[in-house]
Amino acid sequence: MGHMTYEQSKSVALKLIILLAVITVIEVLIALVGKGYIGGWHAPVWAMAIAMIGLSLYKAYKIVYEFMHLGHEVPGMLKSVLLPVLLLIWAIVAFFWEGNYWNKSRAGIQEKNNEQIGLYTPNTIDVKQWEEEPLV
Amino acid sequence: MATDTTGHVKVDSGTWDGGNEPFKASYGKLMMWYFLLSDAFTFAGFLIAYGALRISMPSWPVPDFVFSLLPGGIENMPLIFVTIMTFVLLFSSYTMVRAVQEGHQENRKGVVYWMILTIIGGAAFLGCQAWEWNTLIGKEHMTISTNPFGTHTESGVYLEGDGHHINKGDTFKEGDSYLIHQHGGEFHPLSYKVTEGADAGTTKQMEFGPKAFGALFYFITGFHGFHVFSGVVFLIIIMVNSFTGLYAERKNGYEMVEKIGLYWHFVDLVWVFVFLVFYLL
Repeated sequence: MGHMTYEQSKSVALKLIILLAVITVIEVLIALVGKGYIGGWHAPVWAMAIAMIGLSLYKAYKIVYEFMHLGHEVPGMLKSVLLPVLLLIWAIVAFFWEGNYWNKSRAGIQEKNNEQIGLYTPNTIDVKQWEEEPLV
Repeated sequence: MATDTTGHVKVDSGTWDGGNEPFKASYGKLMMWYFLLSDAFTFAGFLIAYGALRISMPSWPVPDFVFSLLPGGIENMPLIFVTIMTFVLLFSSYTMVRAVQEGHQENRKGVVYWMILTIIGGAAFLGCQAWEWNTLIGKEHMTISTNPFGTHTESGVYLEGDGHHINKGDTFKEGDSYLIHQHGGEFHPLSYKVTEGADAGTTKQMEFGPKAFGALFYFITGFHGFHVFSGVVFLIIIMVNSFTGLYAERKNGYEMVEKIGLYWHFVDLVWVFVFLVFYLL
């Protein structure tokens, strides 16, 4: 916040921290209301997840750009820090894909374990009486 | 370096001569940024592992049930304690910003004052985490390989009580969470009778929750807590150096305060995501 006066940057920091605190309260309220702790009403899980992830990313953006001052650095430096983070997008996609596959495999193994198999029990008629056969 | 005709030392300032700062940031600050970038990848690796394992399990402990206690024996307060922890860390982020601003003003007393508040915030956060770990280890007996937090996969009725919240004859629904309590050093999973579904009428016992939960929880919050701890140590060192006037003598002034500020905000940034994946989702 070097482009601002001392007084200005003080008030910006205060406003920002209040904003972050308010967003945190909203996130917790979404969790508590959406899961039925307050008001007994349930929100769809995917809607809550999108809202919470969106708000958290906004918090992260504010912390990195304002508190850590990255938004006011030279564009080249900003890119050298932020572009590598894009690699994580593929990491998230790939590992969640894999996790989902493990889940299906576990379910498949569970199903196989529970399968009822008709057991074959040999009885005397089926067993070849080799001892009594004459030797050729 | 070369000497011109008037005898003055001429500093080379070409692009490749080293006298150039293309990013308009000092070496120290730049390297702090790249350290934080690599650290972000470490944390991302941990959190993605959490997500992949969580999605691979048929059930997962519900965070509002696991983290629902408050100090002083208060129960059934989901998420309140971690929200308080978040506020503590946010507050210390604000005091850190103020310390950096006072550093720009070359105000030694201001820097020390706001850094002391930041250290108190960091220590308070560590105290909260110590309480949380102590509850999970000492009271609820979760370890890195045993997870007593489970989730019911069918509806039923309990055939015995656990002496805490569950009484004989209590009913539960599919998706309800439970904690297997210890009595005399041994876990006592309760028996219950299934009332719905294919297995209706059969008697079953509570099962332990996914093992990975305990290990992931202790490793991720522990790794973050260790960052907070080392941050507090560095904050104390830099606060003492500011107090003794070391930075006032330096050409780059209070830049050390800026660098530890970057680190401290990063710790707060990581907490935003730990809070999201462990407690909110």
